[in-house]
Amino acid sequence: MPTPPAPVDLEARLGAILADHATFEGPLLPILHAVQAEWGYVPQEALPIIAEGLNISRAEVHGVVSFYHDFREEPAGRHMVKICRAEACQARGGHGVEAAAKARLGVDWHGTTADGGVTLEPVYCLGLCATGPAAMIDGRVVARVDEKRLETLLTEVGA
Amino acid sequence: MSKLKIYVPRDAAALAVDAEKVAEAVFAEAKIREIEVELIRNGSRGMLWLEPMVEVEKDGVRHAFGPVTPHDVEALFDADWGKHALALGPTEEIDWMKRQTRLTFARVGVIDPLSLDAYEAHGGLKGLRRALGMTGTEMIDEMKESGLRGRGGAGFPTGIKWDTVRLAPASQKYIVANADEGDSGTFADRMLMEGDPFSLIEGMAIAGICVGATKGYIYLRSEYPEAIHTMNEAIRIARARGVLGASVLGSDFAYDMEVRVGAGAYVCGEETSLLNSLEGKRGVVRAKPPLPAIEGFLGKPTVVNNIISLGTVPVIFEKGAAHYRDFGLGRSRGTIPIQIAGNVKFGGLFETAFGTSLGALVDEIGGGTATGRPVKAVQVGGPLGAYFPRSKFDTPFGYEEFDGQGGLIGHAGVVVFDDTADMLGMARFAMEFCAVESCGKCTPCRIGAVRGVETVDRIARGDASAIPLLTDLCDTMKDGSLCALGGFTPYPVMSALTHFPDDFHANAKEAAE
Repeated sequence: MPTPPAPVDLEARLGAILADHATFEGPLLPILHAVQAEWGYVPQEALPIIAEGLNISRAEVHGVVSFYHDFREEPAGRHMVKICRAEACQARGGHGVEAAAKARLGVDWHGTTADGGVTLEPVYCLGLCATGPAAMIDGRVVARVDEKRLETLLTEVGA
Repeated sequence: MSKLKIYVPRDAAALAVDAEKVAEAVFAEAKIREIEVELIRNGSRGMLWLEPMVEVEKDGVRHAFGPVTPHDVEALFDADWGKHALALGPTEEIDWMKRQTRLTFARVGVIDPLSLDAYEAHGGLKGLRRALGMTGTEMIDEMKESGLRGRGGAGFPTGIKWDTVRLAPASQKYIVANADEGDSGTFADRMLMEGDPFSLIEGMAIAGICVGATKGYIYLRSEYPEAIHTMNEAIRIARARGVLGASVLGSDFAYDMEVRVGAGAYVCGEETSLLNSLEGKRGVVRAKPPLPAIEGFLGKPTVVNNIISLGTVPVIFEKGAAHYRDFGLGRSRGTIPIQIAGNVKFGGLFETAFGTSLGALVDEIGGGTATGRPVKAVQVGGPLGAYFPRSKFDTPFGYEEFDGQGGLIGHAGVVVFDDTADMLGMARFAMEFCAVESCGKCTPCRIGAVRGVETVDRIARGDASAIPLLTDLCDTMKDGSLCALGGFTPYPVMSALTHFPDDFHANAKEAAE
C-alpha cells in the first residue's frame, strides 16, 4: 500500500496547489482534483490545510470530498478499472461484463485486488452508449467490451 | 502531386474502438509507400456502428470506409482506397446521413475540431459577428422567434431565460454551460464538444454579449476526458485569436470562459446542484425560487443552458431565427440531435426536425436490435425517462407529444432493449440509481429510493401486495421531491410496471402455485 505523504512534502505541494487556484471563483473542486492527481486520493492530512487556505471549516471540506464519487479518501490500486453500469450498456450485455470483471478480479464494486493492482469501480455512463458495453481503464475509454476484450484489457494492466 | 487527405476521427467513441491505432497504421503505411498524406483528426459523423470510420477525399468528395481495424489499413491502401469490402461510398450519400437535417451538428465530423480557420470556412463566427451589430433586445427577439427550448430536457424557452438575466441588474453576470451529460443513452454534448467546440464557445459568447455577462463556465463531467481536453484547447485557441477576451472580435464587448470539471455526481446535471458544485460546495439541490436567472452562480444572475442549446445559438444567428423555426412540430421548433443507443443495429447521432415517430427512429433509422431479437422496450430521456412499449411507437418526437404519453424526451437519448430485458430488473435499477445519486436534501428521494429498491425486491420474491405500495411510493416521490432526480425516477419504474406487468407478476404466480 502506498504510504501517506510525508508532512513536509504535503504542506509544500499543497501550498503550491492552493496558490495556483488563488484567483479561482469557487476553487474547491479544482483544488481537490489537483490533490487527487498528485497523490491518487485526498489524504486526511490535507483537509485542515485546504480548509485554512480557503477560510472554510474542515467539516465543509470533508463534506465536499465525501459527496462526490470521484474523490477517494484512501489510495486506490495501481490501476483503475471503471465499468459502465448504465441502462444503454446493460441493454448491450453489460451485466455479463460486470460479472466477468468481478469474478476475474475477485472483488466487488469499489474493491481492490489483494495485490493492490486493480481497483474496480462502477461508472454511470461514459457517453459511449451506441458502442457499449463501455469501460474506462486508467482514464482511457474503451468500448465494445465483451468478455474476451475484457480479458485482454485486464491482462494488459497485469491482473 | 497533392497530398492524400485522410480523416480518422478523434471522437471518444472512435478512440474507444482503437481509432488511434488506425491513425498510426495509416501514417505508417503511407510512409512505407512514400505517399504524402494529410491526416485530419475530425469529430465523428455520428454513425457509431461504423467507427472507426475513415474517410478519404477523392476529387473533392469524401468517401467513407468502416469499421476499419488497424489490420485493414494495408489492404485499403492496396485498393487505393477504392473498391474494398469496407467501402461505403461517398459519406454524404449514405442513407443515414441523407435523411438528417444537420444544423447544430453541421460541422461535426466534417472539420478538424481545433482548426478555427476550418470553423470559419464552414460558417463559423458569422452568427457572432451578426450578433455584435445587434442590440440586446434584438438578440432576445431573435432567440424568442427561433422557438429554441432547453435541450437539457426541461424545454424552457431559451430566449425568455436570457431576457430574465439580461433585465436583472447586477455588477457581474455569468453564462454556465451544463455539460454534465449524465443520462445513459446520451452523448450529443460530448460529440459536439469533441467535434465542434468552437460552436459552443461562439454560442456562449453570443449569450454573454446579449445578457451582459463577461464570464462563462462549462461544467464538464469528469467521465469525458477527451471533451475536457478538446474544449480546453479550443478555448486557448479562441483566446489567442481574439474570439475571447477583453475585446471579442475587436468589439467593445468582453467575454471569457473556462472549463470546470465535475466529480462524478449525476445530480450535478440539475442546474442548482450544478451551481453549488461550481461554487465548490456539495452538489445539493437548491430550492427555487430564486431562479438561477436572478440568483445563480455566487448569487449573481446566471444563464444556465445545456450544451446543445448553446451550440445551436450560432446557427440561429447565422441563418436567422425563421430558418430554424421553420423546422419542427407544434411547439417543438427546429431540430433535435437524437441519440440512438443501446441494443440497436445502427446506433449514433441523428439530427432531424422534431416530429419523427419513435417507431421510425427505432425500426427504420436504428434498424431494430443489434441482437436481431424483437424490440421489447425503448427508454427515452435517460435514466429518468419512461420505458415505451411497441404500442406507443407512433408517438412523434416532441416535448408535448412525449409528455402526453406519460414520458419525456429529456436530452433526446433513445435506448433500445430486446426481448431478453427484465423490466422488473430495470425498475429496480432506476430506484438503485436514484439511491446512489440522491443528493440527500429531500426525503422522498433520499429515503424513497432506498425503500423503492426494497419494495421491488419484495415483488421479485413473489409478494404481489407490494405492487400497490410501489405505486404509492412513486406518487410520493413524484409529488414530493425537490428536483427531477426523485421526481422523475417514477417514470421508468411506473412505465415498466404499467406496460410490462408480466415481468412483475411472473414470480407472484410461481409463488402462488
